Amino acid sequence: MSNILEVKNLTMHYETIDGDVDAVKNVSFNVKAGESFGIVGESGCGKTSVAMSLLQLQAENGKISNGSILFDGLELVGMSENDLRKVRWDGISIVFQGAMNAWNPVVKIGEQIREAMREHSPESSKSQNTLKINELFTMVGLDSSVADRFPHELSGGMKQRAIIALALSCDPKLVIADEPTTALDVVIQDQILNEIKKVQELLGLSLIYISHDIAVIAEMTDKIAVMYAGSIVEIGPTEQVFKFPKHSYTRSLLDSTPSIRGEKKKLRSLEGEPPSLINKIDGCSFSPRCPTPTNGCKNQSIEMGLVKVGNDHYADKCCSECTSE
Amino acid sequence: MLTNAVRNVPVNNLIEVRNLVKHFEVSSGLFSRNKKVIKAVDGVDFDIKAGETLGLVGQSGCGKTTTARSLCLLDPKTSGTVKFFNPDSQKMDSIDELDDDGIRVFRRNMQMIFQDPYESLNPRWTIKDIIKEPLDIHNIGALNDREEAVVEILRTVGLTPPENYLSRYPHEISGGQRQRVSIARTLIMKPKFVICDEPTSMLDVSIRISIMDLMLNLAKDLDVSYLYITHDLAVARYMCNRIAVMFNGKIVEIADTEDLLQNPIHPYTKRLISSIPIPDPSYKRERYQINYDELDKIISKNPDKKMIDIGNEHFVATHDTKEYFIES
Amino acid sequence: MNNLENEKEIAKSIRKAAILKNWKLFKQSRLGMVGLYIVAFFFILTILQPILFITGIWDEGTYHPVVGYVDQTQDFLIVECPKEFPTEKYEKRSDCPGRKEVNIKTLFYADGEVGETIQLNLQPAPPSRDHILGTDSLGRDVFSQIMEGSQVAFLLGILSATLGVGISTILGTIAAFFGGRIDAYLMRQSDLVLMLPTLPLLFIISAFAELKIWHLAVVLGTIGGLGGSVITIKSQALQVKVKPFVDSARITGGSQMKILFSHVLPNVAPLALLFMVFSVTGAIASESVLSFLGLLNIEMSWGLMIYLAQVEGYIFSGLKYWWLILPAGLSVTFLTGGFYLVGRGLDEVFNPRLRKR
Repeated sequence: MSNILEVKNLTMHYETIDGDVDAVKNVSFNVKAGESFGIVGESGCGKTSVAMSLLQLQAENGKISNGSILFDGLELVGMSENDLRKVRWDGISIVFQGAMNAWNPVVKIGEQIREAMREHSPESSKSQNTLKINELFTMVGLDSSVADRFPHELSGGMKQRAIIALALSCDPKLVIADEPTTALDVVIQDQILNEIKKVQELLGLSLIYISHDIAVIAEMTDKIAVMYAGSIVEIGPTEQVFKFPKHSYTRSLLDSTPSIRGEKKKLRSLEGEPPSLINKIDGCSFSPRCPTPTNGCKNQSIEMGLVKVGNDHYADKCCSECTSE
Repeated sequence: MLTNAVRNVPVNNLIEVRNLVKHFEVSSGLFSRNKKVIKAVDGVDFDIKAGETLGLVGQSGCGKTTTARSLCLLDPKTSGTVKFFNPDSQKMDSIDELDDDGIRVFRRNMQMIFQDPYESLNPRWTIKDIIKEPLDIHNIGALNDREEAVVEILRTVGLTPPENYLSRYPHEISGGQRQRVSIARTLIMKPKFVICDEPTSMLDVSIRISIMDLMLNLAKDLDVSYLYITHDLAVARYMCNRIAVMFNGKIVEIADTEDLLQNPIHPYTKRLISSIPIPDPSYKRERYQINYDELDKIISKNPDKKMIDIGNEHFVATHDTKEYFIES
Repeated sequence: MNNLENEKEIAKSIRKAAILKNWKLFKQSRLGMVGLYIVAFFFILTILQPILFITGIWDEGTYHPVVGYVDQTQDFLIVECPKEFPTEKYEKRSDCPGRKEVNIKTLFYADGEVGETIQLNLQPAPPSRDHILGTDSLGRDVFSQIMEGSQVAFLLGILSATLGVGISTILGTIAAFFGGRIDAYLMRQSDLVLMLPTLPLLFIISAFAELKIWHLAVVLGTIGGLGGSVITIKSQALQVKVKPFVDSARITGGSQMKILFSHVLPNVAPLALLFMVFSVTGAIASESVLSFLGLLNIEMSWGLMIYLAQVEGYIFSGLKYWWLILPAGLSVTFLTGGFYLVGRGLDEVFNPRLRKR
């Protein structure tokens, strides 16, 4: 299976009045066609910045200073705005965090989806679009009457389903979902995750799923990348990373997630907070909070980089050599 | 800090709630006489024993926060009785019958920790003043001793060295630290009962446990009972002895934690539990199909009761909730 | 308690850093900076005048804005301006009388015949080396008057703004906090004041009372304070009232009053500060209008300068006597504009959403 997306050494920073904030540092990963790729991390780790950079939708003061984004063979970094617009929604579409609240309140749902379709496939007729919308709605479990409703008439779950339909409306090959179910009830979340899985299988979609929720990532993805302070600290097949987490941060994340099943294991917690991304960080960015740092970790000049620790499984150099438990 | 979440459960009731009801009136339309009534809390019963943590679990809009606010007199309840154990008289007092002194005693013993670490501290007050305020309001201790108490409690909640925090303002410290300040302020008066309204849901996942462990340890050391409100059953499992599941203003099921998770009876509880994702890729989760058979059988054996005891203090709600349980 | 002192030092430096950051944010707003420069400029004018007098650079007899006097006379040739133009001497109407001539028809205070030379006061005199903005018809230095007017503007503006904001903050917060009948009453009162046209009201008041600067400041402050700003402050106070930290204080058992003053008010203050800056502009503008209409009993102000120019007929000579009109008029415009821009800049500091990141 070929890679639908190849990201190499992506580096992005925001220019603020306090200085440059290095939001994404040397991030590389590949997504195969039909694969579900997860990015997991906490607030400020850079996962949303990565998502935005993929479509060059970052804020005005965000600049990509290095790296390449190959989508289906097309280099996205440096592309003109016009060409990018064709790629957006057609090739890659995105479900933002809180997207369900971004519906225009004075326009009917169906009309808003039509707008997107008109923009990207102007040749298709109105009736063709209507047919498509109905298909999409069925796929996500919405009644076709929803197209005639206004956003405020729908529940949170329905709005989110409609957002997914919107994201699929132009037949993208890759969908980026940034915390699509965070604000929803767990029962609705379950239904929507189910829907997403079904749609993915049906359409052979590739999916990039971004979340801080370990449990959702565990269930939704084939491969994950764990991010901390702007870099990927561990990346590999989901089952592998969960069973044999190599990086100390990954282990902390897994150890701090309570579950309703299984024995009540001892849970660990981290102290402190993620480092400020304004100051240049030398060496391991996690070592100040690492529960088991070695002397080498605290060495600021240690060279960082991902090394292989298993089958298709990579982790930060220092943790892979770490012998403490 | 590793802790065993389940503590020994003592016998005395600290709080007794019977038929708590909170209605909101919303006028429907500009000239309409009809006032629509929203039954936010629709007849809720539960007890909390001294030293125990009761979890109140439910999805947004189910009424758990409204219940909490009615309990601590923030929003007056519409009807129902709330009794709490008065340590001075050693009797259960109803909060309706409290005089001014009684209310003062009540307020000393009941506190609340809020969800949002950014909005629950006054941005214009220093940490020291924030934590000291309860002592000032209730005139506890000499003025000099109050500062000592603040320093002491800062150490207890893990904000050391305390001097570093006294003169700071809330926006100068992190979210996790702010919640610790909230906890410090709440516990400085050593209340008997604290309502925790999702105190960790706005914090980073990796630091939640430290806050929860802190609360568990303090509960043991200071002998405090918690009403722990959350939408996350996994968190409730970690923190609580007993869990009450709420839906649409009513309690659907209430039982000891493990009993509830292993042996849920009500379809809503079962569905809730089965919807929760498990952080283990190899775990095959089975989705629950809603089925009222088991519940109906139990109801037929106890036709008149609102909440049926199926043994081991495990209660299930009956006909009431079935009507409201609609597929969304 | 060495640690405590250390800690106070650390806290102070953090505070300084925060103020610096706010300053940087303000600097980002170009409008705000422009406004700040303008206001600073006028402020310098304000303190410049007393400095010049005290240090003796300016002699009070000559330069005092109200009672200074400069004697400047010149020989004028008396002419009679023809009724129709052009004539052989004059091309158009504005050529007569010429620079060293005076029309016999405008000679009220002296006698003379056509063709005679007569000595007249040169006032109002155009800008010269000694008087950079010239003098007015009474021989008073215009630049000094501008500076005096600046003092008046600042005083009036800040006084009335402070009073107005004080009143509206307290009323707005009380309305939000207590609700019910108190709220209803205050809102109706606000509506009423909003409905009243301010200037005509001021005209009426000035008919009954002699309005000096202080009086005007109180009147403007009170009217402003009871008006629309109460409603805006009330809405801000309402937002604060439902914040968890207020709930926390209520649960702990704090009294209504204590919560009102120590929790709600301090959080409404930034908005109030913003209002203050904006209401200064209204105050200064009101004063100039009232002075222009001759309704105030103020010794010297920008509005008064224009009033005198108009009453003495200099406004109708076009730009011939520009120094009597333009400096005062532009001062009003620029200072009110400056304060407004500062308000805009402050808005960006307080309202993170408006920032350009």
